[in-house]
Amino acid sequence: MSMVPTLLSVEGLSKSYGGVHAVRSVSFELRAGEILALIGPNGAGKSTCFDMLNGQNMPDSGRINLLGEDTVGRKPRAIWRLGVGRTFQITATFPTMTVRENVQVALVSYGRQLFNLWGSTASYAREEAGRLLDLVGMGAYAGRPCGELAYGDLKRLELAIALANQPKLLLMDEPTAGMAPRERIELMRLTARIAREQSIGVLFTEHDMDVVFEHADRILVLNRGSLIAEGSPEQVRGNPQVRAIYLGEGLVYDARHREEAGT
Amino acid sequence: MAFYFVQFLTGLASAASLFLVASGLSIIFGVTRIVNFAHGAFYMLGAYVAFTLTERFSGAFGFWGGIVVAALVVAVVGVLVEMVLLRRIYHAPELFQLLATFGLTLMVQDIVVLIWGPDDLLGRRAPGFKGAVDFFGQNIPSYDLFLIALSPIVLGGLWLLFQRTRWGVLVRAATQDRDMVAALGVNQKWLFTSVFALGVFLAALGGALQIPRDAVHHALDLRIIVEVFVVVVIGGLGSIIGAFVAAVLVSELNAFGILIFPKISIILVFLVMAVVLIIRPWGLFGKPEAAARRTPGLTVTPWRPLTSGERWILLGALALAAMLPLFAGNYALTVGSEIAIFVIFAASLHFLMSVGGLASFGHAAYFGLGAYGVAFLAKAAGLPMIVSLLLGPLLGLLGAAVFGFFAVQLSGVYFAMLTLAFAQIVWSIAFQWVAVTGGDNGILGVWPEKWAASPSAFYWLSLGIAALAVTVLRVIVFSPFGFALRATRDSPLRSEAIGIDGKRVQWTAFVISGTVAGIGGALFAYLKGSVFPDSLGISLSVDALVMVLLGGVETVSGAVIGAIVFKAANIWLVSQTDLSKLVLGGFIVLMVVAFPKGIVGTLEAIRNRWRSPEKKSALATSRIETAE
Repeated sequence: MSMVPTLLSVEGLSKSYGGVHAVRSVSFELRAGEILALIGPNGAGKSTCFDMLNGQNMPDSGRINLLGEDTVGRKPRAIWRLGVGRTFQITATFPTMTVRENVQVALVSYGRQLFNLWGSTASYAREEAGRLLDLVGMGAYAGRPCGELAYGDLKRLELAIALANQPKLLLMDEPTAGMAPRERIELMRLTARIAREQSIGVLFTEHDMDVVFEHADRILVLNRGSLIAEGSPEQVRGNPQVRAIYLGEGLVYDARHREEAGT
Repeated sequence: MAFYFVQFLTGLASAASLFLVASGLSIIFGVTRIVNFAHGAFYMLGAYVAFTLTERFSGAFGFWGGIVVAALVVAVVGVLVEMVLLRRIYHAPELFQLLATFGLTLMVQDIVVLIWGPDDLLGRRAPGFKGAVDFFGQNIPSYDLFLIALSPIVLGGLWLLFQRTRWGVLVRAATQDRDMVAALGVNQKWLFTSVFALGVFLAALGGALQIPRDAVHHALDLRIIVEVFVVVVIGGLGSIIGAFVAAVLVSELNAFGILIFPKISIILVFLVMAVVLIIRPWGLFGKPEAAARRTPGLTVTPWRPLTSGERWILLGALALAAMLPLFAGNYALTVGSEIAIFVIFAASLHFLMSVGGLASFGHAAYFGLGAYGVAFLAKAAGLPMIVSLLLGPLLGLLGAAVFGFFAVQLSGVYFAMLTLAFAQIVWSIAFQWVAVTGGDNGILGVWPEKWAASPSAFYWLSLGIAALAVTVLRVIVFSPFGFALRATRDSPLRSEAIGIDGKRVQWTAFVISGTVAGIGGALFAYLKGSVFPDSLGISLSVDALVMVLLGGVETVSGAVIGAIVFKAANIWLVSQTDLSKLVLGGFIVLMVVAFPKGIVGTLEAIRNRWRSPEKKSALATSRIETAE
């Protein structure tokens, strides 16, 4: 494992609001091609952690090293330029453009053509946009107005946008929130396949434990701002503290896991 | 020393009216989310009605009673306006609300002249406060002392009202989350109406209390509304204490600014506003707004470039327009040139509004700066016409670069108010700096050279530049930059997350738009042969807004149609009636309520509805296929 480069290393990350410690001294690492889940009950500090990683929130203390650069205090757009793709809990796309144009804008930005006043966007990187849309299974929708898409399709479009800058790391905040169960599994399978093929690291927060245990290589458990457990799905599932706080004592996960291990 | 102290007290006295009006605006905004442009009109109405009542009824009781009754009468008018007009547009985009209330303002301007006549009216002195108080040899009118005492009393009264009454608690709750208040079963209609009545009452009271200090005239509304916008931008929209502090600050800056820059005292206010906006974009006591909700009514039909067939049709229309000199007389050609110039102006604003989502309420500033630029170059520097035409708009560019930098830090109604305030500042400079701009007399004798002097030559010049400007703006809409700008408008969150520096993109768009407006202004100076402060004025800014909305804000180039229809109708209307503002205002209100999509937008909607049945079914089938 040590041959695989570290994409992201976080050390002693802390943030408090007034007297409330939203995140206390969180440290972890993420390697290329690894899928890492950040889980925990509501109010555990997942979103705060995420916002600090993607530049929307400034930590009180701690160090974030992303692809060899210290990113504390950098704006989200600067972090994107380092090679970080993002998806949001509630999708953020451009509703007045077509599906293809949504991806093309990201490609325009990646090609540093944002201040090009004279070119034609319609023909800009059309093939690359088509390739990205095909990759997430949205090729047939390319000419469709984005505002007409169903929510699950918006999520897939967002993934295509997030892949436009050939990221080395994907940050996905509750990627399957608001989706039907079957769509959730499809989207995460797709994400995991792309991540492994292109050796992209993925950090995601998630409430759906089926999704987490099926796809995560490693899991971080946050509670009240602190990391209380870290390890493989098996280790986390077996951790009594995590069960008490978050997973509960149900046997469903164990049973399903045993079933899958048997096949 | 005594002199400065008296100056300070004068400032405090002026703050009283400003605070009353600004707090009313803030209270209304807090609950209804409407920035009531007509607030200045209610202020002016308050002054006029109070004038009539205090003249009719004598004695101390007549005077003070008249003031209060005037404010109550205007509040009743406000309630009628709320029930008849505003209730229909609470869910419209904020731009439409600003425009509808501006339409009201225009109507009131003509109505007060109809009722009270065009001359300044001097009101009675206040009984009991007629004299002056001596302060180390300096006189202070005792009425000023009364006003100074009044504003803290009103502030305290409002505080008690909002903290100690059930109604006040509801208003504060609605200010924080009006959907939640509605969900709790509070009668929203009644709450909105009563809040609006209180806000209008405060504005009218502010106007009524001014009559012993100031003459009543029919331009009071715009003067106060610009100051009030500056106050709420500094203090923070929705905050009463912010309105109080900022009203005092602005009034004192005015009082002392006159001592430092006698000619252009408003510069000082502008500088303070700029500093506040950089440090706290939501004002001293305001709160940052939650992520801006997407403007409802935004199109979901993506824009597309013209097909080659449509291109040929437009080229044909342009060729037809170019043939006008063959059969039209000189007057028609002059009107044609003016329309072409306004097409340029409207298209520049349309670019900023529809593509950038930034509704500038002071776009005439850049139009007028272009006009003054030409006047300076041609008259003062004696440059040839071609050079002046090319360089004059650079003044518009410069203005747009400076003001745009601050304006794009804000969005929505704050952006609208700030651009309006900037335009008013430029207007004041042109008006007051007589040595350079000629003040009210303007700069005369900016005539075109021989090659462009004949009406047909000038018409061709204007038409050609208009066609070029519209084409260039369209190319930019579909360029990578145009998409970056639309991306910033559609979703600031997503565009930042794909590396777009939204503020820089918007600033660039502002500069482009201001420069194009400046080109229109440069031509306008040659068309009229002169430049006046009017070409920077609010009414011209609003004309541009109406042209854009008339054409349809959701279209790519609707403003072209909007400008042609509006300008032609306007020129005709002015020649037909003296009440053009009343008609225009009524027209704006009607348009916002009945045709929010504009001419081109409505036509497109009809065309889409016509087409949609087969398109919809195709869409449904393909979605099912993909799902399988």
